[in-house]
Amino acid sequence: MLSLPQRERRQAWVLLAPILVMMFVLTAWPLVRTFWLSFTDAGLIGDGTAPAWVGADNFLYALTDPDFRAALWRTLYFTFVSVISEGIIGVLVALLLNQQFWGRTVLRVLVILPWALPTIVNATMWRLNFNPDYGSINALLTQIGLIDHYRSWLGSPDSAINAVMFADIWKNYPLVTLLTLAALQTIPEDLFEAARLDGASAWRRFRAITFPAIAAPLAVALILRTIDAFKVFDIIYVMTRGGPLDSTKTVSFFVYQESFSYLRAGSGAAYAVLMTIICALLIGIYMLLLLRQRKQGVSE
Amino acid sequence: MSKRLRPATTLCVLSALAFGYSANALAETTLSALFMTQAAYSESDIRAMTADFTKAHPDIKVNLEFVPYEALHDKIVAARGAGDKGYDVVLFDAIWPAEFTKFGLLQDVTSRISSDEAGKIFNGAISTVTYKDKRWGMPWILDTKYLYYNKAMLAKAGITAPPTTWQELEKQAEILKQKNIVKYPLVWSWSQSEALICDYTTLVSAFKGDFYQGGKLNFTNPGAMKAMDYMKDTLDKGLTNPNSREYLEEDVRKSFSNGDAAFALNWTYMYNMANDPKQSKVAGDVGVVPAPGDVAGQASGVNGSMGLGIAKASAHPDQAWEYITYITSQPVQDKYAKLSLPIWKSSYDDPAVQKGQEALIAAAKTSLNVMLSRPVTPSYSQLSTILQQNVQSVLQGKASAKDAMAAATQSADRLR
Repeated sequence: MLSLPQRERRQAWVLLAPILVMMFVLTAWPLVRTFWLSFTDAGLIGDGTAPAWVGADNFLYALTDPDFRAALWRTLYFTFVSVISEGIIGVLVALLLNQQFWGRTVLRVLVILPWALPTIVNATMWRLNFNPDYGSINALLTQIGLIDHYRSWLGSPDSAINAVMFADIWKNYPLVTLLTLAALQTIPEDLFEAARLDGASAWRRFRAITFPAIAAPLAVALILRTIDAFKVFDIIYVMTRGGPLDSTKTVSFFVYQESFSYLRAGSGAAYAVLMTIICALLIGIYMLLLLRQRKQGVSE
Repeated sequence: MSKRLRPATTLCVLSALAFGYSANALAETTLSALFMTQAAYSESDIRAMTADFTKAHPDIKVNLEFVPYEALHDKIVAARGAGDKGYDVVLFDAIWPAEFTKFGLLQDVTSRISSDEAGKIFNGAISTVTYKDKRWGMPWILDTKYLYYNKAMLAKAGITAPPTTWQELEKQAEILKQKNIVKYPLVWSWSQSEALICDYTTLVSAFKGDFYQGGKLNFTNPGAMKAMDYMKDTLDKGLTNPNSREYLEEDVRKSFSNGDAAFALNWTYMYNMANDPKQSKVAGDVGVVPAPGDVAGQASGVNGSMGLGIAKASAHPDQAWEYITYITSQPVQDKYAKLSLPIWKSSYDDPAVQKGQEALIAAAKTSLNVMLSRPVTPSYSQLSTILQQNVQSVLQGKASAKDAMAAATQSADRLR
């Protein structure tokens, strides 16, 4: 007869089995399949011949492809600048919304609104805002005297990526604000009182009280945003479709084009695998930083 | 009737109804058709055509789906995996048959179109659905790019007739600019998209260029280079609106309709929309002629036609063909001729079709016979991307025409 812990263990497995099967079907299998495809010359749709094993050819091609490397650097630039900006703006807005003032609730709702918009709506809206003929950005900048004529923001390779990034930051900084604000509200007011009595400056109070409280949720928000920004696709699809002159073609768009426009599932999969590896590396670095921070926190 | 019987009677009536319904449903065929959201035959026009078809064929139901042109290719390709749950009828562009044939996406309909019937259709339209001597669908949208001009602006500048060559067009544009009648006389759809390749192809056809040399893709022949130089030249001289580099066809229409351009290159659909006072400030002043040639008396054009085909996986090819035959038929096309010109030659002599768009019909009679096809290759999507990048690099001033087109030729040679 089985002992109680054994029975419990078996029951746990029985209860977990359906979800494990589902996870395998939904996550592991596509991953395994993509990995396998990346070593073949498979087309997205078969032309009657079975896909042939090509070894590391797709990867070698990808790594030496200047277009892919350019897309990779572009994506890293996009990720780095967006996430840093979203972090800074997000925290500043959270600090502001944490103050007591009239109309705070309304402002909170307004700040969250962009984040609640579907990306496709946000992208369409910003494409109109950046329109070279009747876009509000041109109107605003001309009225305040920053530019003297209407510009083609999305039509110039020098400004298109920054314009798309602007739209992305506008949509996503509220996530950082939301998580930071929640953390800010857990800090007891007494701590600030005490610090003030001890003569601590505003900066010192921020470093000693506020930052430690928001660090963990902020890190979570930034990890989520890094992964998302690295995978950026929909906003680009709607606003520029990779143009002009490929200046907004990110890695995701590259994978999409390779797989769906050129119908090369094999090499598309190789690019996707490379993308997953880089994403995993980025997450790894964050996790290490987080762990180190936590250890330091404990030793202090 | 006793109270006890009532539920039983209700049950009987309900089951009789249900049986009747299911018997009816058995006889009904449901087709799925994929179209694009566009301005010519709009979504509501296609729904109206389909409703008329369903009235005449109550046993065939058609589910319609619309996507932007930019998503059409990928949607057809991605639906392939859905087997007979995919589409029955798909709209396809003139540039896709080679690729779709390679991957077996469409059904061969050669035997469904008689040579007598084909003879009544414009050659350019028929070539849209023909690949390797087989037909892969029925042409539906017969289109090329025309030169639109603002009559009032030309008159104000003292210009009595629209240009007959591209050089003359440049000269007229210079006059319009000098006289401050319009800031940028020319507007095009030069964003990184297929629209750019259509404008480029029109100019290549004008300067008698070709996309092939010795059977190989080549974009550096004199005619093709002249086209490239012309595009860049009009930008450098401030004759072309620099925003053209982010425009699609709809932006061109809006710019022209807003009175911001004297000349525009665009498809048929713009004619009636630019002449509609509800959506155009220049209604009544819109002139249209065939896109000019290199010398007077010649014209240029690009084959921008599209066809309707039966998806390979369709389980109802006969019903799908019946639907395709209906909406491509001469009476239906004539009825909607204000939106898109018919594929049928004799329609153009029909006073009802001509009425109110005589200038467009006159231009079409010339243009439809000189349409240059974009390169025919199973790797067209990739080739188009290569061309878009290289043409744009010239237009953005990032590369010389010579280097960019040599690079495009080299990349095309390496196409896998």
